[in-house]
Amino acid sequence: MRDNYQMVVIGGGPAGLGAALSARGDGLERILIVERDVELGGILNQCIHNGFGLHYFKEELTGPEYACRLIDSLEENGIDVACDTMVLAIEPTEGGQRVCLMSANEGYRFIETQALILAMGCRERTRGAIQIPGTRVAGILTAGTAQRYVNIEGYMVGKRVIILGSGDIGLIMARRLTLEGAKVLACVEIMPYSGGLSRNIVQCLNDYDIPLLLSHTITNIEGKKRVERVTVQQVNSSFVPIRRTEIDYEVDTVLLSVGLIPENELTRAAGIEIDPRTSGPVVFENNETSVAGVFACGNVLHVHDLVDYVTEESANAGKAAAAYVIDKQSMHESSKRTIAVVSDDSIGYTVPQKIRPTFIEKSIRIFFRVREPHKTPKRIILRDDDQVIASFRRPYMAPGEMEHVTISKDQIDQIENNQLSISIEA
Amino acid sequence: MRELICIVCPQGCHLTVDEDNDYEVTGNRCLRGVAYGKSEAMNPTRVVTSTVCVRSGVHARCPVKTDHPIPKGDAFRAMELLNGIQLIPPVQRGDIVVANILGHQANFIATRDIPE
Repeated sequence: MRDNYQMVVIGGGPAGLGAALSARGDGLERILIVERDVELGGILNQCIHNGFGLHYFKEELTGPEYACRLIDSLEENGIDVACDTMVLAIEPTEGGQRVCLMSANEGYRFIETQALILAMGCRERTRGAIQIPGTRVAGILTAGTAQRYVNIEGYMVGKRVIILGSGDIGLIMARRLTLEGAKVLACVEIMPYSGGLSRNIVQCLNDYDIPLLLSHTITNIEGKKRVERVTVQQVNSSFVPIRRTEIDYEVDTVLLSVGLIPENELTRAAGIEIDPRTSGPVVFENNETSVAGVFACGNVLHVHDLVDYVTEESANAGKAAAAYVIDKQSMHESSKRTIAVVSDDSIGYTVPQKIRPTFIEKSIRIFFRVREPHKTPKRIILRDDDQVIASFRRPYMAPGEMEHVTISKDQIDQIENNQLSISIEA
Repeated sequence: MRELICIVCPQGCHLTVDEDNDYEVTGNRCLRGVAYGKSEAMNPTRVVTSTVCVRSGVHARCPVKTDHPIPKGDAFRAMELLNGIQLIPPVQRGDIVVANILGHQANFIATRDIPE
């Protein structure tokens, strides 16, 4: 490993791998990926189920297979990798960024880089984040932690399980634990709709007759050393538990699948602007953050439901980073005009949040999530003030499934004000 | 009559399949729903994924999958075939771990490489 790179990637999961490969393809020669685990692949390694790659590789792969494909091309391309290594800080220098690394083998050291890719992924919300009452006993863990124990380390997490939250990892673990011999009594979701993909509800819950209790939540956890019993209650439209709807379940394990948070401690400490709606950095059309030469992609930017879209987004970031290094020009300085993408209450967030028309070659994709499920056909309308720039019809939308629209450079060029608004209308 | 949720696309149409009437599908909003509803009602199959023990210093488990979908009802019996298997590295993805699962002409294959 050198001490000077054209591009450093923080995180060796699908986003980091995708960005490194695309920057290499666009001509960067000195690239380093820093990964804190002992091997590359990120969370794909523990996602042993299939269903990955349908969009990107056009076939149905398991998580490890998807990771292997990316890692194989990485090795063919001579990209440096530092595993078992933690990034402690990123600091601006005159020519780019200084990355402070720590590892057991090589200790504390600095690496200089011209461009930096943030691809640290996300982590799970825990019991503390949602404040379930009850005793603090063993046997309460996040679905992803359970997935790691079962699939990577080979430990079974419990015999009688209840799952709080209907995120995709929770649904996947409901099936996984059932196949491994546990009894999953229910999947409990506080919202009136599921946060997971419908294919997962069918294949993971319905296949094994696991009930999905919508508008329900866990209101008590009891036990001496280990979880012994949980109380589930129905909630009203304000999420307040309704009396006399209590159901007690004798379980030894509670899995939480209650949301993911982009992991942005490094980003915040570096003073990079964060969007409170995504908890990820604010980015421009080319995935560049508020600091020139620093790009973000994958779940650190916003939580995705399909890895295929992560690969696509990280290719965009890697390409932009390569252009930044090769053209030696700061896009922040050379671009005068910025269009802000704004949305009303019907939309949770958009990525990118800002668009610089100068850097759009042909078209741009805007990703977003709706706040409420729409079961009847609706229109997604993009406006410049009162002027409709583009309109898209969708037969069905749900918060659990990320949406995107593609707008052309011509349409962007029609925008006269510096604001593009997106809304969902009948 | 069976009720199914179509999983071909995110719309999630609520299908009704009439077994007594040549598996007639209703509730679908496109033709792909008919194909899904029929095969799901006549012979539902699934790819089963799991892990097996591996004797390696770094990795405790090796992930596996069935290389073809197997009948849904045989998933638990297929899982039992994996108990007691212990792989010895090197393992390459695609290596057959259990051949011809329950006579279905599908194999459990390794889905990652485990170096020596």
